[in-house]
Amino acid sequence: MPEKVLMKGNEALAEAAIQAGCRLFFGYPITPQTEVAAYMSKRMPKVGGTYLQAESEVAAINMVLGASAAGARAMTSSSSPGISLKSEGISYIAGSDLPALIINVQRGGPGLGGIQPSQADYWQATRATGHGDFQILVFAPSTVQEMVDLVSDAFDLGDKYRMPAMILADGMLGQMMEPVVLPDHSGKELPEKPWAASGRRGRGTHNIINSLYLTPQELERLTRERFARYDKIKATEQRAEEYLTEDADVVVVAYGASSRIARSAVNMAREKGIRAGLIRPITVWPYPTNAIERAIPTAKAFLCVEMSMGQMVDDVRLTVNGRKPVHFYGRTGGIIPTPAEVLDQIEKIVGGAE
Amino acid sequence: MAVVFSRPHALTDAAFHYCPGCTHGIVHRLVAEAIDELGIEDRAVGVASVGCSVMSYDYFACDMVQAPHGRAPAVATGIKRARPDDIVFTYQGDGDLAAIGTAETVHAATRGENITVIFINNAIYGMTGGQMAPTSLPGQVTQTTPYGRDVKIAGHPIRICEMLSTLDGVALAQRVTVDCVKNVLTAKKAIKKAFENQIEGRGYSIVEVVSTCPTNWGLSPIQALDWLRDNMLPYYPLGVYKDITKEAAEK
Amino acid sequence: MARIIVDENYCKGCGMCVHACPQKIIALAKERLNKKGYHPAELIDEQRCTGCCSCARMCPDVAITVER
Repeated sequence: MPEKVLMKGNEALAEAAIQAGCRLFFGYPITPQTEVAAYMSKRMPKVGGTYLQAESEVAAINMVLGASAAGARAMTSSSSPGISLKSEGISYIAGSDLPALIINVQRGGPGLGGIQPSQADYWQATRATGHGDFQILVFAPSTVQEMVDLVSDAFDLGDKYRMPAMILADGMLGQMMEPVVLPDHSGKELPEKPWAASGRRGRGTHNIINSLYLTPQELERLTRERFARYDKIKATEQRAEEYLTEDADVVVVAYGASSRIARSAVNMAREKGIRAGLIRPITVWPYPTNAIERAIPTAKAFLCVEMSMGQMVDDVRLTVNGRKPVHFYGRTGGIIPTPAEVLDQIEKIVGGAE
Repeated sequence: MAVVFSRPHALTDAAFHYCPGCTHGIVHRLVAEAIDELGIEDRAVGVASVGCSVMSYDYFACDMVQAPHGRAPAVATGIKRARPDDIVFTYQGDGDLAAIGTAETVHAATRGENITVIFINNAIYGMTGGQMAPTSLPGQVTQTTPYGRDVKIAGHPIRICEMLSTLDGVALAQRVTVDCVKNVLTAKKAIKKAFENQIEGRGYSIVEVVSTCPTNWGLSPIQALDWLRDNMLPYYPLGVYKDITKEAAEK
Repeated sequence: MARIIVDENYCKGCGMCVHACPQKIIALAKERLNKKGYHPAELIDEQRCTGCCSCARMCPDVAITVER
């Protein structure tokens, strides 16, 4: 029986990355994720790895680009304003077909915003992590254990599809402590990367890691190839938890920290005899459209709950596509909604539906 | 008769896209010759930076990575930290190294990042068609300083070797040029030394090559060499600004 | 005895070799163009070539091979 340990979310993320074979961490301090960097600075030297505090978020993501180009499993971690700085590098990493792990422990924005938990970077993560036609894998854990589990999946799928992957956490998950079981990946081999620019060492041709294509036809062809890969990912890598949705009249959709509140609200509604359920996206790109589709025939309405002014609700609406009403409830600026507030919304929808 | 001079092995067969008379090609050859002579082609990784030299990834026969604008030192850091046995070099222009990537440059240097940096200073932005560079001279006419660079408005040019030579992490900071055979030979020695320093683990080595841009200077290749000598070298004096191997020998 | 061979696939007729040659025995072939559309450099007096490599060292297109 593996041992359960009590760990802070940010430290669990860091340890999980080390367990997943990551030996290169490049970062820059920013609240509320600094514990990731602090933990890495303590642990990496003990496991023969590299912790390097970069001069900026911009430099850190480009160090990740270099390490990944050389075939290594590398990562960086930040919070919202820092992710904006990394967006250039993320675009280049995607354009160069490199894997990389980026952690975003979200805080309130825009600008310097605040330092309390937020989910206001959903659009950034799923729509516009940088310039150009591309997507990245985005995982949205809701517990410390899930953060641990998704870190190794994010690395593996990033390698498999040669694309960046993000853990979209928030300040609440990063700062809270929960018991976790750390996975044992010992004996697991990391994949070979014959494409890496790590020195030819007898290889006949030179490898080039590049995102520049001056011929429009070639750039279009490469982009289409990448999007064919995205289609495959959308078909095979969607993940969501469906909780009490089979008979639900009101299907709440929430991810990450807000899904924990939404679950409590659903339980409270059930106690009151209201048939409520929860769809909790675990991947937000690819968006779990299949789980939403399954709920559409029986649901009377959807309620999207977020710690933002309403961002993921776009994806719910795109999937539902007018077939059922989609409502939204959110708090922003670092405020976490309460279960009572969400229950109130559920009751309003039920009342309105009758 | 024996062949006494030919294309170095570390260059691919691809013809350079550079304009006629552009000294990028001379510096490419010197880098490739240093790689050949040190026998490091198999473990060399080059970082191409944004600007005219971005397509150097097609010209160097070693593995190559193209970096975002200004970020070559950070990318090189990532490669070197991941693969310490690789010999990692960046090839950067003045806009890349001394404007948009100044922070990455200064910090890679002060960390003593064990990499080799080839810095092309031709006092202009070539790829975008001749705008002011951080190293454009006072009074220099460019597309974005049509009345000449007014230092009261646009500020002063930046002398990179002098600035970096104050940092403890720097093993070598040397300014050379390639306007004539004699200076080409000096440049070659400096570039080779910058690679040797990395092999010996001495830290950050930068060779600044004062270069021409005949097209955007609006001069013939030969006139451009004269302009370089008359205008650039007085502002950017050639020489060794820091060399820790020399300092050690003097002690 | 020495000579230079200019690879016309690389030469852009920039004249740097012409300028660098101490013997002044390299010229641009004004009567013809290479595939790139430039007048390529050529050795005009092989007898006087010393194989000093000045031309090759100044050639920005690494187009010159020197034999001696």
